[in-house]
Amino acid sequence: MTSAQIEIQIIAALVAMACAIPGVFLVLRKMALITDAISHSILPGIVIGFFITQDLNSPWLILLASLTGVLTVFLVERIQKSGLVKEDTAIGLVFPALFSIGVLLIAKNANDIHLDIDAVLLGEIAFAPFDRIFWNGIDFGPKSLWIILSILVVNLSLLLFFFKELKLSTFDKGLSTALGFSPVVVHYGLMTMASVTTVGAFDAVGAILVVALMIAPAAAAYMLTNDLKKMLLLAVCFGALSAILGYWLAYFLDASIAGSITSVLGLVFLSVYLFAPHKGILSILYRNKQQQIEVSLITFLLHLNNHDEKSERHIKHLNEHINWHKVKSKKVVELAQKNNMIRIENEYISLTEKGKSFTDLAINYIITNDDSKIESIKEDFFLFRG
Amino acid sequence: MTQKKIAVAIDDLTVAYNYKPVLWDIDLEIPEGVLMAIVGPNGAGKSTLLKSILGIIEPVAGSVSVFEKSYESQRKKVAYVPQKGSVDWDFPTTALDVVMMGTYGSLGWIKRPGAKEKKASLEALEKVGMLAFRDRQISQLSGGQQQRIFLARALVQNAEIYFMDEPFQGVDATTEIAIINILKELRKLGKTVVVVHHDLQTVPEYFDWVTFLNVKKIATGPVKDIFNDDNLTKTYGINYKVSLLQ
Repeated sequence: MTSAQIEIQIIAALVAMACAIPGVFLVLRKMALITDAISHSILPGIVIGFFITQDLNSPWLILLASLTGVLTVFLVERIQKSGLVKEDTAIGLVFPALFSIGVLLIAKNANDIHLDIDAVLLGEIAFAPFDRIFWNGIDFGPKSLWIILSILVVNLSLLLFFFKELKLSTFDKGLSTALGFSPVVVHYGLMTMASVTTVGAFDAVGAILVVALMIAPAAAAYMLTNDLKKMLLLAVCFGALSAILGYWLAYFLDASIAGSITSVLGLVFLSVYLFAPHKGILSILYRNKQQQIEVSLITFLLHLNNHDEKSERHIKHLNEHINWHKVKSKKVVELAQKNNMIRIENEYISLTEKGKSFTDLAINYIITNDDSKIESIKEDFFLFRG
Repeated sequence: MTQKKIAVAIDDLTVAYNYKPVLWDIDLEIPEGVLMAIVGPNGAGKSTLLKSILGIIEPVAGSVSVFEKSYESQRKKVAYVPQKGSVDWDFPTTALDVVMMGTYGSLGWIKRPGAKEKKASLEALEKVGMLAFRDRQISQLSGGQQQRIFLARALVQNAEIYFMDEPFQGVDATTEIAIINILKELRKLGKTVVVVHHDLQTVPEYFDWVTFLNVKKIATGPVKDIFNDDNLTKTYGINYKVSLLQ
């Protein structure tokens, strides 16, 4: 690996990590779309900032462009509060307007500025190692590395200091206000964090893909944990991992780095979506299937419990009576037998002691919905896991 | 009954959404130590009244004082149980963590909850019979259990006044009894409890004070004096017959 390659990977990983932090809260606040709006509408801010500073990596440019991001959020909220249009419509109105101003500004001044639409949309992380910081003749590495590292450090510190406030205002805005933590301040703080991070990431991955870095790691992490701290940690790890894998994918395919990183993020989310232990699609399908059989089993046991008369308990009769097809009946009978809940004598089925007590417990649960009585059978049966 | 201190005084309060008043010139005094129901039809402004007392909604006119001072200076004396449906129960957190949020007010900005806050939260969970569920993800709780968690979160604030927005909504009879017993216990401790309530049948049994509200204040006072057909009819607009003698 050349040092430029290493530097690009470090920058990509830092960008992804910095994005994942505000991303988690945006996902939990159901504000994923606002990221897209911010990432587009910072363009005029970047162009104007560039006119003033003549340096794409200037901190002033970052601040100016971030202000455009916050302005977007503000405008969206104003329009929405008028009560005349809904939030998604407001987002759809505001960001193309601002973005197009940026596009026009670039087009009008194409000869004067070193900024083109391709770079704006997809980023230029491959060129990041060329713009370096020298001090007293010593090479301190790429400028963008230092910028994104500072943004990451700021995001992490804000997260550490205001974790409690962010959590409360995201979960329960009303209580947050009542307790004196102004949710408006927290909200605009978060929006500023998201805007600054987006501007920092913009250079590396462009306006379109930065939304993937914010949302995909958080969405994948959300499927894997019920703990906000773990969700943040997972999102940051997913981001960094995808950035590095994405770099190598681009290397082997000889393709866009930003595009490859986003593809890897997509794959990471897809695998989590399919295979997550509790919330994943496969796990849900499996659970539904199990539950179906268990409901059938309980129906069957209840039937046996309700009927002492022999005619109701003949193995053939059950098929007709409960109205199941043969395969299902066989499956249920086998499951009951395997668990020693029934015995079959001369083709007549009766409940065993275990079957009887299980049925009683199940009825009791269905009637009272009281969890404490069924702790013992919960392990074996999905149905009771709520 | 001796003359009680006034816990909450509301003066000429008017609240509007998009220039349309939802609460109109409300004057209301809530005496200390009462267990009060706020009743009224849908859209009467019951939740809005609570929210404007708590500063969640900015009123167009009027003022609110808590123990003769502004709400802002008395926050720590006030606990709030919002409507259960106002939060996303899929939020990645546990029952204990939600209860701990009740301690954030006394901690203030930046400071993190510690062992003391955790202990208080566990005690609150025990009081509402939810200690066994402390590590349960909140979406895995039933509606009644979620309501108990909210109640525990208010208890841990150790406040003087409790505002609750429909705490009996969507809970089963067992939970309803458990909650009302806790509210009565709070009253016994001299706390003031204000509850937005929907079930008129249970008002005389649960509460000792009642406020009739329908955009304007219709009446407020002891249940035994003012909970009658006359006020119910004025509030709900139709002739309401409830049997007060059970």
